[in-house]
Amino acid sequence: MITLTSTLFFYFYRPSEMHRNKRQNTNEIMKFLVCISKAPDTTTKISFTDNSTKFNNDKVQFIINPYDEWYALVRAIELKEKLGGTVTVLNVGAADNEAIIRKALAIGADDAVRIDAEPDDALFVASQIAQHVKSETYDIVLCGKETIDYNGSEVGGMIAGFLDWTFVSLATSLELNGNTATLNREIAGGHEVIELTTPFVLSAAKGMAEARIPNMRGIMAARTKPIKVISPVSAEKFSSIVSYELPKEKSGVKLISPEHPDELVNLLQNEAKVI
Amino acid sequence: MSVLVFVESTNGSFKKSAFEAVSYGARIAAQIGTEAHAVALENIPDDMLKSLGEYGASKVCSIKNDSLKNFDANVFASVINDIAAKLSATIVIFSMSYSGKAIAPVLAAKMNAGMVPGAIDLPKWEGSEMKVNKNVFSGKAIATYALHSEKKIICLTPNTVAAEKTENKSSVESIDVTVPVSKITVKEVVKAGGKISLTDADIVVSAGRGMKGPENWGMIEEMANILGAATACSRPVADIHWRPHEEHVGQTGLTVRPNLYIAIGISGAIQHLAGVNGSKVIVVINKDPEAPFFKAADYGIVGDAFEVVPKLNEAFKKFKSAV
Repeated sequence: MITLTSTLFFYFYRPSEMHRNKRQNTNEIMKFLVCISKAPDTTTKISFTDNSTKFNNDKVQFIINPYDEWYALVRAIELKEKLGGTVTVLNVGAADNEAIIRKALAIGADDAVRIDAEPDDALFVASQIAQHVKSETYDIVLCGKETIDYNGSEVGGMIAGFLDWTFVSLATSLELNGNTATLNREIAGGHEVIELTTPFVLSAAKGMAEARIPNMRGIMAARTKPIKVISPVSAEKFSSIVSYELPKEKSGVKLISPEHPDELVNLLQNEAKVI
Repeated sequence: MSVLVFVESTNGSFKKSAFEAVSYGARIAAQIGTEAHAVALENIPDDMLKSLGEYGASKVCSIKNDSLKNFDANVFASVINDIAAKLSATIVIFSMSYSGKAIAPVLAAKMNAGMVPGAIDLPKWEGSEMKVNKNVFSGKAIATYALHSEKKIICLTPNTVAAEKTENKSSVESIDVTVPVSKITVKEVVKAGGKISLTDADIVVSAGRGMKGPENWGMIEEMANILGAATACSRPVADIHWRPHEEHVGQTGLTVRPNLYIAIGISGAIQHLAGVNGSKVIVVINKDPEAPFFKAADYGIVGDAFEVVPKLNEAFKKFKSAV
């Protein structure tokens, strides 16, 4: 019954369709695009198959990359709730990524786009996303600062490079006043407060928002929110991973008596030579 | 064909990672039989620019322009792109740092270049295909990346490939490129109080929930002061606001690779280890002999931090005053 009610509700109220007409200026309601990627849960024990050339997916729990979910997505939703607007989530990946897309919708995104392609090269992924952004009227594109699997910190900047939009990396806060944005960003040895106007791309770091747990209403609503599947455009893949290895194991810990910390100092100085 | 190295600077001087990047670029240039050039986009005195020659740069280009003061990755990428074209550079090297992470991907899109974000050793070549290793899964594994594009961008992880001095001398050249206007206005710069930056530090002293409360961090800061180290913490400690988020080291925080990482009262969850296991030497102090961190450690003391740390601080002090 609940499902039916929400189905009917979303049949008549489809946020994605409210702003379909392309706008000429950005003084209207903000349109946020949040790029999410799928990553193995942080507790995953990493292993490989096929003679160490492929990541072993077996028994791995996949989640939304934490930086994308906790900071980029939640901040976009907070701003939408405060100022109005729409939040679209975008994922480049195969059909089985729908679970993480539904989670993003349950947290509060309005609709989703999935570009049906293997996300195995950052420049390829960014060119897909940039192509989609060009066909729409987004004001702000938000990414997490990096994925916790390949730690590239690449896609956000590449999208900006393709679109020739301004890129703000490592943003820890985002406030909006009309189409003027104020952000904090991390710099070497501190942070700075900056101002710029939309459109732009940002990569979100810790501090931008607090993680949200989807509630039952959100989960029910997410079932009927639209996920648009689009085919990839042709783009080259310039990088590939040819093999993996695990870091060398430590040879074993040398224990020092708590009564003789000077022995540790001696070892750090004369054996390890690090002080 | 040449190699171009973007040299990062803070407040008019170079950090160790800048010399590492130049030396790395020069060694790659030698591999493929060409020259490495460096570009600095801050107001740097000429003699300091010249010093990059000692690490293997042939030409050092410098551009001084007010638009570069309000850091806008697109502006930097555009300038580096133009310089790369003028010097026929097909490989561009960055340090995987705050500015490198911002500029390199923008440039990759502009140049249509394949990119390795965080190389940890020198590349190997098979014809024009290049292979290089990079940490993945936040340090839980190493992957060999292959780049098969004509143009390549490599971001070098700081503290992985040491800078090597050479007999080389460089010439400082000003170069004529258009600098676009920055679309970013910097309103305020907040420095983290003269403290040693965590990702640059050679020694890191880190503590966790075993410290029982933020009021007990005095002895941790004291150890950091004695050793000239940066302070860090585990995620739970940052989450309950005992310590600032900037200090959180681990899979969802910072990754550090100091020469010495001292972990006090941290059990060593897999997410924390991911952020620190690139450290050369790890010391663990924990009262629980079963703490998983001991398996990843080189040296360990099983004991109560509140007894061990003050004694260890005395021993460090004695050592420092004898040096």
